Amino acid sequence: MIRFEQVSKVYPRNARPALNKVDLEILKGEFVFLVGASGSGKSSFLRLILREEAPTSGQIHVLGQDLRKLRGRKVPYFRRNLGVVFQDFRLLPQKSVFENVAFSLQVIGKSKGFIQEAVPDVLRMVGLAGKSSRLPNELSGGEQQRVAIARAIVNKPAILLADEPTGNLDPATSAGIMTLLGRISAGGTTIVMATHDAGIVDKAKQRVVELVGGQIVRDERQGGYQTQSVPVKLQAPPPKLPEMGTGE
Amino acid sequence: MRLGIVLSEVGQGLRRNISMVVSIVLVTFISLTFVGTAILLQFQINQMKGYWYDRAQVAIYLCTDYDEGGNCNEAEATSQQKAAVKQALDSAPLAGLIDRYEFEDHDQAYQHYQEQFGKDDSAGFVTPDFLPETYWVNLKDPTQSDVVIERLANQPGVEDVVDQKKYLQPIFDVLNVSSLTAIGIAVLMLIAAVLLIATTIRLSAFSRRREVGIMRLVGASNRYIQTPFILEGVVASLIGSVLASGAIVAIVQSFVQGYLNASPSGVPFVGLREAFIVVPIVIVGGAALAAISGAVAIRRYLRV
Repeated sequence: MIRFEQVSKVYPRNARPALNKVDLEILKGEFVFLVGASGSGKSSFLRLILREEAPTSGQIHVLGQDLRKLRGRKVPYFRRNLGVVFQDFRLLPQKSVFENVAFSLQVIGKSKGFIQEAVPDVLRMVGLAGKSSRLPNELSGGEQQRVAIARAIVNKPAILLADEPTGNLDPATSAGIMTLLGRISAGGTTIVMATHDAGIVDKAKQRVVELVGGQIVRDERQGGYQTQSVPVKLQAPPPKLPEMGTGE
Repeated sequence: MRLGIVLSEVGQGLRRNISMVVSIVLVTFISLTFVGTAILLQFQINQMKGYWYDRAQVAIYLCTDYDEGGNCNEAEATSQQKAAVKQALDSAPLAGLIDRYEFEDHDQAYQHYQEQFGKDDSAGFVTPDFLPETYWVNLKDPTQSDVVIERLANQPGVEDVVDQKKYLQPIFDVLNVSSLTAIGIAVLMLIAAVLLIATTIRLSAFSRRREVGIMRLVGASNRYIQTPFILEGVVASLIGSVLASGAIVAIVQSFVQGYLNASPSGVPFVGLREAFIVVPIVIVGGAALAAISGAVAIRRYLRV
């Protein structure tokens, strides 16, 4: 589903690579946590999957496509198979909940009939059935993130990328979002979620990939936020973890 | 439905940047008016050339008893001298260049003079023998007049050989220079218009960066994202070109036809027929210019 082969990403004006020879394969339907300190390369990893950027070297395959060979004109059509959720929600403040979700379908040319059917469905799925005419600033943070998730999955993408989706939310609300993501994952969607939230990772018992300085130092099935086994590579110093005390 | 969305976004964008849009309209209006005027001036030059070159003749003035210049010595050209001139016109190399020629004697010249200047007070002092006898020569190719001048200027009994075309040259020069000036101003203004369109589109894209960011994220095609921005520039520039077309038609209608052409001068002026050739050029040119500069600007700003 997603395969990185010896992928490096170096930004100009920064000698240290954001990603350094990363090899990773994520299978269909997997739920993968991407953990690591700020600047460890998590966001670069997600941007490369989205093809917002091209790798400096190495190969990336997503959904059977070699992203190096994907022409610029085809990128938008490729992205229709991916859903993305961010820490800051990125909703349009002047549009209602319904319009925010409908907007993402309008701009890829879906018919009015399809939108009228798909949007209420997905809003029911994320638990916002009664709030479709509210504006984003009339909603709580957790509800806004649900709108963002609804927007990301309304087109039934094969992969959902989440960049710290619970970063702005309190633990109880975060747990609700995780339940929702779990349900989406159970429906067969591959989920890659970058997070700092130790409690969530420990509780979920899913695959954990840890990045330090652009390299994968750990890749565990059913792992926790902190390593419970010997790291796969030892050349990097142990990560300094920004613990926020957000345990259970 | 998609067209509706695109148009409503264009409308919103135009309202949001109203001051920039007005400046685009004004700049394209003025620059395209200059472009149109320059084209009309070229039409005018060509029309006048065609008209005058048909009529322009080479005049071979023969000596009169009062002429001192040329090859004259205050003596009327003799009949032998006239015959020599006629023979030169009838034989190679001139005969091949000449379309036709005619001889005008003193009395005919006097008659023409009376027709043209008869109302002047000074006309009373002129008698037929003041006015030179003349061979009027029409050339097949008006630019070949030098050959005639060279062949006959030193002929005995010839006072002077004059190519009438040379009187017209300054007029064409003035028209040409004004046409070039108009084009020069138009080019400067068009550069300003292009930069304004590019800036406006970037402003518009910046003020909608949230929407654009989400559109890119969910996979809206580049064309879908870019078209409303480009159309904004095209609409503004179209308004300017329509105003410019109106101005061009008004100039032709009221100034050229209403003022210049009001007094019969024998000069053919451009009319509405020419104006209506210029109008589509101006409108299509204005729209194409906006579309191209908008597309370049937005492509550099909204790279995927």
